[in-house]
Amino acid sequence: MNVLDLSRWQFGITTVYHFIFVPLTIGLAILVASMQTAWHRGGNETYLRMTKFFGKLFLINFAMGVVTGIVQEFQFGMNWSDYSRFVGDVFGAPLAMEGLLAFFLESTFLGLWIFGWNRLSPRLHLATIWLAAIGTTLSAYFILAANSWMQHPVGYRINPETNRAELTDIWAVLTNSTTLVTFPHVLFGAFITAAGFLIGVSAWHLARGREVPLFRKAMRIGLAVSLASGIGVAATGDIQGRIMTEQQPMKMAAAEALYKTSSPASFSLFTLGTPDGTEELWSLRVPYVLSFMATGDPNGTVEGIDDLQKEYVAKYGPGDYRPSVPVTYWTFRLMIGFGALASLLALVGLWLTRKGRTPGSRWFYRAALAAMALPFLANAAGWIFTEMGRQPWTVYGVLRTAASVSPGVDVTTVALSLTAFTVVYAVLAVITAMLMARHVKAGPPDLTADKEPADPSVPALTY
Amino acid sequence: MTTFWFIVIAFLWTGYFVLEGFDFGVGALMPLLSRSDAERRQVIGTIGPVWDGNEVWVITAVGAMFAAFPAWYSGLLSGFYLPMFLIVVGLIVRGVGLEWRGKVRSGRERALCDAGIVTGSVLTAFLWGAVFGNLLYGSAFATVLGGVLSLSVAILHGAVFVALKTTGPVRARARRAALFTSAAAVPAGIVALPAVPGSAMDVPSWSASPWLWACALLAMAALAAGVTLVWRRREGWAFTATALSIALTTAALFGALWPAPLPGLTLAEAASAPYTMTMLTWIGLIALPGVLAYQGWTYWVFRKRLTVDSAAH
Repeated sequence: MNVLDLSRWQFGITTVYHFIFVPLTIGLAILVASMQTAWHRGGNETYLRMTKFFGKLFLINFAMGVVTGIVQEFQFGMNWSDYSRFVGDVFGAPLAMEGLLAFFLESTFLGLWIFGWNRLSPRLHLATIWLAAIGTTLSAYFILAANSWMQHPVGYRINPETNRAELTDIWAVLTNSTTLVTFPHVLFGAFITAAGFLIGVSAWHLARGREVPLFRKAMRIGLAVSLASGIGVAATGDIQGRIMTEQQPMKMAAAEALYKTSSPASFSLFTLGTPDGTEELWSLRVPYVLSFMATGDPNGTVEGIDDLQKEYVAKYGPGDYRPSVPVTYWTFRLMIGFGALASLLALVGLWLTRKGRTPGSRWFYRAALAAMALPFLANAAGWIFTEMGRQPWTVYGVLRTAASVSPGVDVTTVALSLTAFTVVYAVLAVITAMLMARHVKAGPPDLTADKEPADPSVPALTY
Repeated sequence: MTTFWFIVIAFLWTGYFVLEGFDFGVGALMPLLSRSDAERRQVIGTIGPVWDGNEVWVITAVGAMFAAFPAWYSGLLSGFYLPMFLIVVGLIVRGVGLEWRGKVRSGRERALCDAGIVTGSVLTAFLWGAVFGNLLYGSAFATVLGGVLSLSVAILHGAVFVALKTTGPVRARARRAALFTSAAAVPAGIVALPAVPGSAMDVPSWSASPWLWACALLAMAALAAGVTLVWRRREGWAFTATALSIALTTAALFGALWPAPLPGLTLAEAASAPYTMTMLTWIGLIALPGVLAYQGWTYWVFRKRLTVDSAAH
C-alpha cells in the first residue's frame, strides 16, 4: 500500500460513511418540516407528536452528518493537495458557495428550530425548519455541481502557464447537464432513504400495536413518498445512463461489462469475468436492451472497454484507462436492485394499508424493518459505482487520480489517520445506532405529561 | 482582488475565532463551572443554539481559501496534516458530545458526552493557535506558545461569556474562572502578541507593520481591559473586550501572513483567476450581510440570561 492507495481508501470510507447520514438528513428535513406544516395548518396534535418524534431522530442523525462533513472539506487539502491546487479555481467555487449560501442557513436556523419552540411565534418557528431544509437541499446542489464537474468538466480552461484549471463560466458549471440530472436523482434517493426510515420505524410500533393512528399515518406518508421517489429515481437514472454513455463511455461500458463495441448492444444479466476484470468468461445477455438504455435506440452503438482503451491510449498517451470492471459492474446492479426492492416494498405496503386498513400479519412489518437498510445500500453502491467508474481519473479526461494525491505526506501518517478515522467512525456508528434504536422504542412524546415550561423565555434544552 | 479576498478570508477566520472561541472556552470549562447536572445544562445551554452556526465560519473560511487561493488551502492542509487531522477529530467528538448530551439517558453516558465536549474543545482550541504559531516562526516554542495563547484566551473568553449569560452560582464561578485564566492568558499574550508583527519583519510587508503593531498592542490592551472589566463585574463590556482582543489578534496574524501566507508561497502565486475572484465577490456581497443579520438575530432571540431552573427542563 502506498500513499495513493491509503488516501483512496480513506476518501472512500469517509465519503461512503458521510453519505449514510446525508440523505437521511436531506429527506427527513423536508418530511419533518412537512409534518410540522400539517400540524400548523390543521392543528392536529398527531402531526405535532410526529414532528417531535421524527425531529429528534433527525437531530441525532444530523449531528453525524455535520461532523463527518468537516472531514470531507479538510481532506481534499490534506490528502489531495495536487488535485486541490489544480482544480481549486473551479471546484472550490461551489464549495465556497455551499458554505456562504447553504451551511450558514442550515445550521443557524436549525439551532433556532431546536431551541425556539417556545421563543418564536408558531409561524416563525415553522419558517426556521423550512429554511434549514432549504439550506440542506442547497448544499446538496452545490456539492453535486462540484462532483459533476469531476465527472464532466465544463466552463473552464487550462492555463498553460500555471498548469491549473481556471473557471471561465460559473453558469456552465452550475447548469452542467450532469448536475441537472444528478441533483434530482440524489434528492429522490434521499427521499427514498427518509421514507424507508419512516416505514421501518412505523412498522416496529405497528407490529406491537402501539400508537396505531400516528404510525399508520407516518407509514402511509413513507410508503407514498417512497413509491413516488422510486419512480423519480428510475426516471432520472435513465437520463443519467444516456448522459453517461455520451460523457463517460468507459464507465458505461464497465457498468455493463461490454468489452467489444456493439450495435445493437445486449444487456448483461450476469457476467462472469476474470478476477482482474480484463476479460469476459461467460455471460447471459438480453439483446437490444443496452443499446436502448444507453442511446434510446434499440440498434444504437455502445462502445466497448477494449476499443475505448485503444482510443484513449491514442488520445491521452500510454496507460490503463479501464476502471475496475467487477466493482463497477456489480455496484451498478446492486444500486438498481436495492432501489427496486425498496419500491416493491412500498407498492406492497400501499396495497396492504389501502382504505384505512392496518396490516395484521407480522411478515410485512419484519420486511419493512429489514428494508430500512435498502436505500442506504443503494446510495452507497451508487456512489461507489460513479466514483470507481470514473477511474483512473479524478477529473474525467483532465487529471488522473495518481497525479492528484498530496506529494509531501508520508505513508505512516495516512495509515494513522485512516486507522483512526475508521475506528472513530465505527464507534460513532454503534453509538448512533443505539441512540436511534432507543429513541425509536421510546415512541412519540406525550404532550400532556411533557408540557413545555410555561415561561416563554425559557428554552427547552433537551430538545 | 487578491488583497480583497485575503481580507475576506481574514474576516471569516476572525468571525470563527471570536465566535467559536467562546464555544471552546465554554466546552473546556463546563465541568469546572458546574456542581450538578442542572448547572451543567445551564452552562452548555449558553452555547446550545449557536455553536453549530459558529462552526460554519471555519467551514466557509476554508472553503473560501480553497476557491480563492487553492495553493494556500492545499499547502496549509497537507503541510499540517496531523494537526488538521486532530482538529477534525476534536471537532467530531465535541460536536457529537454537544448534540447527543441531551438525548442520552444515564449519568455514565452523559459523562462520556462531557468528556467528548471537554477533550474536543481543549484539543481544537490549542491546535489552532499551535498551527498558526508554527506557521509564523516554525519553532517548537512558538508552536506551544501559540497553542497556550489560543487555549487560554478561548477559556477566558468562554468564562466571560458564561458570566454574561447566566445567573446564580454558575455566574460567580465563571467570573472566578475568568480571573484565574487571566493568570495564563495575560502572560501568554505579553510574550506572544508582540511576536506576531515581529515575524513579518523579514518579509517585504514591513511597511504594513505599523498597523500590525497597532493591532497587536491593542489586542494586549483589550485583553487587559477584559480582565479588569470582569474584576469590576462589567460582564457585557468584558465580553466586548475579549472579543475585540481575539479579533485584533487575528487581524495581526493575517497581517503578518500577508503577502506570503505560507513559506515560499505568495498570495499572487496562490490566487485563482480574476473571473473566479469577481464571481465570488458577488456571492459574498449578497450572502454575507444576510448571514450576519440572521446570526445576529439568533443572539437577539436567545439574549436572556439562563437560570439554573430554566435549564433543568
